[in-house]
Amino acid sequence: MNTTAIRVDRVTFSYDNGAVLRDVDLAVGRGEMVGLIGPNGAGKTTLIRLVSGILAAANGNVWLQGVDTRKMKRSVLAREVAVVPQQIAVPLAYTVEEVVMLGRTPFIKPWRDLSAADGEVVRRTLDSVGLSRLARRCFSTLSGGERQKAVLAMALAQEAEVLLLDEPTAHLDISHQVEMLELLAGMNEERHLTVVAAMHDLNLASAYFRRLVLLKDGSVVADGSPEEVLTAGTIGAAYSVPVQVQPHPVSGVPQVVVLPRHNGRH
Amino acid sequence: MLLLALALAGCLAVAAAVGSVRVPIGDVVKICWNAVSPFNVDATWRPADETIILQVRLPRVLGGALVGAGLATAGVIFQGLLRNPMADPYIIGTSAGAALGATVAMLLPLSMSFLGFGMVPLLAFAGALATVFLVYRLARVSGRTPVVSMLLAGFVVSAMLTALMYLIITMSDQLYEKFRSVYGFLLGGISVGGWGEIAVIAPIIVAGIVLTRLWAFRLNAFALGEEGAAHVGVDVERSKTVFLVLGSVLTAAAVCIGGLIGFVGLVVPHALRLVLGPDHRLLVPSAAIAGGAFLVVADLLARTLSSPRDIQVGIITALIGAPIFIYLLRRGGREYGL
Repeated sequence: MNTTAIRVDRVTFSYDNGAVLRDVDLAVGRGEMVGLIGPNGAGKTTLIRLVSGILAAANGNVWLQGVDTRKMKRSVLAREVAVVPQQIAVPLAYTVEEVVMLGRTPFIKPWRDLSAADGEVVRRTLDSVGLSRLARRCFSTLSGGERQKAVLAMALAQEAEVLLLDEPTAHLDISHQVEMLELLAGMNEERHLTVVAAMHDLNLASAYFRRLVLLKDGSVVADGSPEEVLTAGTIGAAYSVPVQVQPHPVSGVPQVVVLPRHNGRH
Repeated sequence: MLLLALALAGCLAVAAAVGSVRVPIGDVVKICWNAVSPFNVDATWRPADETIILQVRLPRVLGGALVGAGLATAGVIFQGLLRNPMADPYIIGTSAGAALGATVAMLLPLSMSFLGFGMVPLLAFAGALATVFLVYRLARVSGRTPVVSMLLAGFVVSAMLTALMYLIITMSDQLYEKFRSVYGFLLGGISVGGWGEIAVIAPIIVAGIVLTRLWAFRLNAFALGEEGAAHVGVDVERSKTVFLVLGSVLTAAAVCIGGLIGFVGLVVPHALRLVLGPDHRLLVPSAAIAGGAFLVVADLLARTLSSPRDIQVGIITALIGAPIFIYLLRRGGREYGL
């Protein structure tokens, strides 16, 4: 039994204008919940796109459940890994149900159309993100938070064991941010879904992820528990901004406080 | 869908019955029945009627249905694939290629034929496919074919081929006189000589529609954008090539017997999206049937309104299609979107 869900093995990748990832090694075990942190341009999105097979590594290999992603057909890959991208062009005229049904695409074959079982998966998935009552609503009528949950439901309908999310809490208010992360933590705990999410909010990342991986300039510079990664020295150096780290007043997890160079209150 | 199919059958029967010689619809149905089934009913009609129905009207009416079905399906493909509401079957250059091909064919002194087709449909078919191939090659950058470059390449190649066509027409005295027939091709008009052409075109168009329906779930995924489609397991580049081939072959086959009929491929898919929603598994067969019925009716009007002179069917499709579309757009109901 292979216990490694994702293995990134000495991966280098560059767009036309220079290296984005350099010799990245990363192993994520089954059922882990990992937060990818790091400044803008550090390579978080690129890493997610490499693991999901959207990009192919120039050097090195990406293994999913022990299989080289380059040897997997797209439809097979989509049953192993589901992605909630930062931006996705969801057709506004679709109902929520129709959007989530698109997550069943990897299971359709030209000679085998959607079945009642697919409908059941969609119904269950909508229920698990709390969108059942909006199933027949048009996507265009949803709020930002509801849209994000619908996109999450579409990814979950793929029934993949690995879920990758690129800044799932961007553009959400704090209550929706917490709701989204609670959902992910629940899926991770109850269904042993492997979750890897790029996060900008270090304090939310610290509260919800047991393991954080810090990327800077295309390399992994720290990897470990929030206590190990979120130190004033490491974060201050990675983001080039002075910070102080203190324990959360209730839970005790490390919380990062920025120290403004200009004091706004004169 | 059943309703649409019945409507198509009705349109076919009516269109076969009406013309310079009127044949009662009951007789049309009986004549068709006798032609395909071993159990004949008694012939109560004139033999001349039977000849008119079987040899003249039916090929033309079926030709119209095939052209309409092919164009509407191609329209569904291009709109879904390119996620562009302005996309029609001709968007990536088929029309310009077909028009240039037809023009060249009219200029050629020799009159060859192949499988019962004259030079004009043959070169139109070849021109359409060659243009798509050229546009595809031009738009292809390091193994990928971005939609935007395809639209731009299609636009530029079309502009150039159209200019070439007008240059040929202007420079050739012979064609200047024949301009009416070039013009007829550009506006579209069903021209079917007999069953031979139907026997070639029908399998191509029917196969194209069936294959598109089988792959319709992939068109649905393209609504998520190319990367989104890849996330849900669609091999984007391969699917794009398949759909381009399907759409182009359907269009080229339709152009072969219909010339450049506008509007059907643009508006029938849109109208059905407004009524049925965005699921291509439903949209593809519905658009094929509705497009067929629509063109059969348009062609009927085209050949009867100012008989004995035929009006170009492309004029009719726009004149009756546009008001129907505006009505659907204003009626409300389902929100529109690709």
